[in-house]
Parts: sequence; C-alpha cells; structure tokens
Amino acid sequence: MTQTAAVEVEDLWRSYQGFDAVRGVSLTVRRGELFALLGTNGAGKTSALEVIEGLAPPTGGTVRVLGHDPVRERRTVRARTGVVLQEGGLQTGLTVTETLRMWAGTLSRPRPIDEVLDLLDLRHRARVRVRQLSGGERRRLDLALAVLGRPDVLFLDEPTAGLDPESRARTWRLVRELLGTGVTVLMTTHHLQEAERLADRLAILHRGVVVRDGTPAAVAAAHAQRVTFRTVLPLPPLDGTVEVVGDTVTVSTDDVAGTIAALDAWAPGLAVSTRPATLEEAFLEIAAGVAA
Amino acid sequence: MTRVGSLARAEGTLLRRDPLALVVAVGIPVLAVPMVASSGLYENGTGALLVLLIGFSMLSGVYFNLVTAIVARREARVLERLRTGELRDAEILLGTAAPAIALTWAQAVVGGVLVVVLVGASEGSNVPLAALAVVLGTAVFVLLAVVSTAFTRTVELAQVTTLPGTLIPLFLSGLVFPLDALPDWVQAVAPYSPLTPTVDLLNIALAGSGGAILAPIAILVGWLVVGTWAARRWFRWDVRR
Repeated sequence: MTQTAAVEVEDLWRSYQGFDAVRGVSLTVRRGELFALLGTNGAGKTSALEVIEGLAPPTGGTVRVLGHDPVRERRTVRARTGVVLQEGGLQTGLTVTETLRMWAGTLSRPRPIDEVLDLLDLRHRARVRVRQLSGGERRRLDLALAVLGRPDVLFLDEPTAGLDPESRARTWRLVRELLGTGVTVLMTTHHLQEAERLADRLAILHRGVVVRDGTPAAVAAAHAQRVTFRTVLPLPPLDGTVEVVGDTVTVSTDDVAGTIAALDAWAPGLAVSTRPATLEEAFLEIAAGVAA
Repeated sequence: MTRVGSLARAEGTLLRRDPLALVVAVGIPVLAVPMVASSGLYENGTGALLVLLIGFSMLSGVYFNLVTAIVARREARVLERLRTGELRDAEILLGTAAPAIALTWAQAVVGGVLVVVLVGASEGSNVPLAALAVVLGTAVFVLLAVVSTAFTRTVELAQVTTLPGTLIPLFLSGLVFPLDALPDWVQAVAPYSPLTPTVDLLNIALAGSGGAILAPIAILVGWLVVGTWAARRWFRWDVRR
C-alpha cells in the first residue's frame, strides 16, 4: 500500500452463477482525487464497486481501502467511508430528519444533522417523508447519509443518474467541495462530459476488464484524432474513418499529418481543423469494440 | 446497543404509522383472551390459555411478521443500504426485528394481565421460567424467520413460504391437537419441533404441568445453534444474487 493510495485493487475477480462480471481489474485511487469508473451497462462497474465497498467478497484478487480489507475489516473501513448506492435503500415512511437521525445514531463520529441538512439543501424538506421527495431530493438524501459520518473516502454509484441538470450541477458542486477538504471520491457515472471535466483520473471497463485508464486527456489521446473540414464535393480516398454530417466532414485518423497532406493535395487552401478525440468518442469506440 | 436502538426506534416509528399492524398486534390478546375465556374451556387451566396466546404470538408476531418485514426491506434495498454503514450484520437484523419482538412480548404481557383479570391466576406460576421460555422461543423464531427469507423472494411469496414454518410447529406443539392423539412416530419427533419446547416450558411455568426443564431448554439451544449456522450460510442481503 503506497502512502498516497486511498484504494488499491489488484487482479480483482468477481463471478456469480458461472458469469465473470469482473475479470482481473487492477486500479489505484490516490488520496484526495476523484477517480471515475466508466463503462457501458453490464461492464462490471457496480460489481467491482460493491467489492471495493466491502458489500461482497471478491472471487479473487485483493482490495485495500485506506490500508484495510473492506470485507474482513468492515467496521474499521466503514467508519471512514461513505457510500451512495445506485438506487433505493431509504425507508420511505420516515421523514428526512428521522432518516438522518437514525443513520447518525449508528455512526461513531456523525456530523450535526442541521449541518448536513444545510450542506445538501434539504432543510426546507426536513419534515417531509421520503416517499414525498422528488428523485433529486432523494438522491441528495442518499448523499447526505454518505457524508454524515465525515468520510475520508466516498464511493458514489451513479450519483447523478436521473437528476435534472440543476440537481446534477448541485451534486457536483458538493463533490468538488468535499474534494477540496481532502476527501477521496471513487465513482461510477454515465455522464462522460462530467467525468471528463471533473475526474482527475479514470478507468474504462469493458466486459469486466479495464481497457483504458489514466487522466481523461490521456485516455482520449490514445484514440484517433479528428480532422474536420467543410465541403460538398465528392471526397478523395482518406486514411481513417469518415463521418459526414451536412457539409461537415470529420475524419478520425491516427495519421493527422498524412490526412492533411492528402486534403491539401486534393483541395489546396481547404480550411482544416484538428482536435484530439473527446472522452465520449473514445468511450464509444471502446464500447463498439473498436479498441477492445 | 445504542446503534441497534437507533435503528429499532426508526422501525418503531414506522410501526406507529401503520395503524393496521398496531390494531392487529394489540387486538389479538384484547379480543381473543375474553372470547376464549368466556368459552369456559380454560376455567381450570388459566395458564394454558396464556400458553396458547404466546404460542400463536411466536408464530404470527415473530415468525411471519419478521419474514415479511425482512423481505420487504431487502426488496427496497434498505438492508443493503444499512450494510454500507457501521452497523454489524447482527445489529441490522436485531434492529429490524425489534418491533416484532417488542409486540410479541407486549402481547404476552397484555394477554397475561387479561388472563389474570378475567380468569384468575394459576397457583404456583413460575414467571422467571416463563420469561426464559419466551426469550429463547423468540430468539429461535427470529432465526427461523431470517433463514426463511433465503427462500422467500418477495413479500407476496411469504404467504406461502411461511406455511410450513407456521403449521408444522403449530401441529407438533400440542396447542391445537393433544399430542397423545397423534401417531407414535409423530409423538416421538414432536419434542424436537421449534415451538414445542417453548410450549413445554410455558406449560411447566404457567400451567402447572410436570416435567424436566433441561431437555426443552437444550432443544431450544440446539435450534439456536442450527438457526445461527443456517442464517450465516443462506441469508441474502440483496435481491440480485
């Protein structure tokens, strides 16, 4: 375990009923960073996260959270971690305050409930029963429970799934604030633009295997660059994948210089722009099996 | 215990907001005891009436209610959520079971008071032994309820899956049929049924029947060991796997 690692996963396997949901995943989450776990539905994100959280034992491999085994040393780890599950888990017949009070009573060092109500902007809904909350408010309550115990590490499984843009922005503001206080965040998300903007590092899972990891920029840079220009003329043969939308042509290519030279020879003076692939484009290529 | 108390208080709040459950819980002894008492069947055996009440409470109040409560919380992923916190597994189950246990014990107390008021107290009642029987019996049926949730996928299915765990112990307890009217082999296995030792102890404590107490206590302890092992082996916290 390195000094800066909050989470270390080595050769993690998780299988059930003959199906290998996670196949040899290794990753390290450094203290104080936001690490995003990306992947299509069924890629193994939640299965991996549940083992890292200590909710399920691994079939193989090791997991250390803050230097401890999250299954065998569950209570030690739990006192320093907060978890947001993908869905549900709230008693809908309790009010927001009753839910927080119950949860606080089970923790060794809870924050004051009023502080958490303010932090998650739930004070005006404090006496409302959970079943009467909107989806966004329930998700904020999920997050409130996760931060109630002053965690050093937060595990967030799709924390903004189903939220409207305002609620998503509010959630990310809070996550950024927590990061500012030194909290480490390991999360899964389908919002790739947000992951690209917020994550310090990320890993992309495909069929239970990490197929790319690194900073968002580095992951995107590992994919073909984009050369874009406008024309209505028949195109010359080009090396790469060509996509035409209206009069805008985008060529995905590993040979930018060669593509520009070919275009210059075909139409001298043609205005051409280049850019690296976005994280979303890289992700879609991986999901389509192009890079798998 | 503070942590369990916090969860139990929240469960109690939910129970208070379910008037039907409260009416059923309190209504059973309040209605059943006067009705049965007025039948004249128990004029010479007031303790037997209380044993009957407690026996039924174990099966319906603890076993059936708890299977339903645990499965409902598993379906709603409440149990999984609780496991993300600092509570131990046993504390989660104990906190969840607390209202069912409290109601059963309340039924026993209310029923006991009503029996004494309406029919009169039996001479020579051994209240500590009765309390021990209730505590051990409750623990056994809590564990059986936990194990039963392993093969109960939905709340609706609980109506079916709890039938064997309710009817078999009931028939073998002697509460509804005299055991000596049953075939010899049934009489031979009946003492080992989970409800029978509790009923035997209660009969000794409250109804003045003779008999050794060590054997039923040993059988209950045996059920506790088996139940704990089975719960650890088969209980599932989540709905997916």
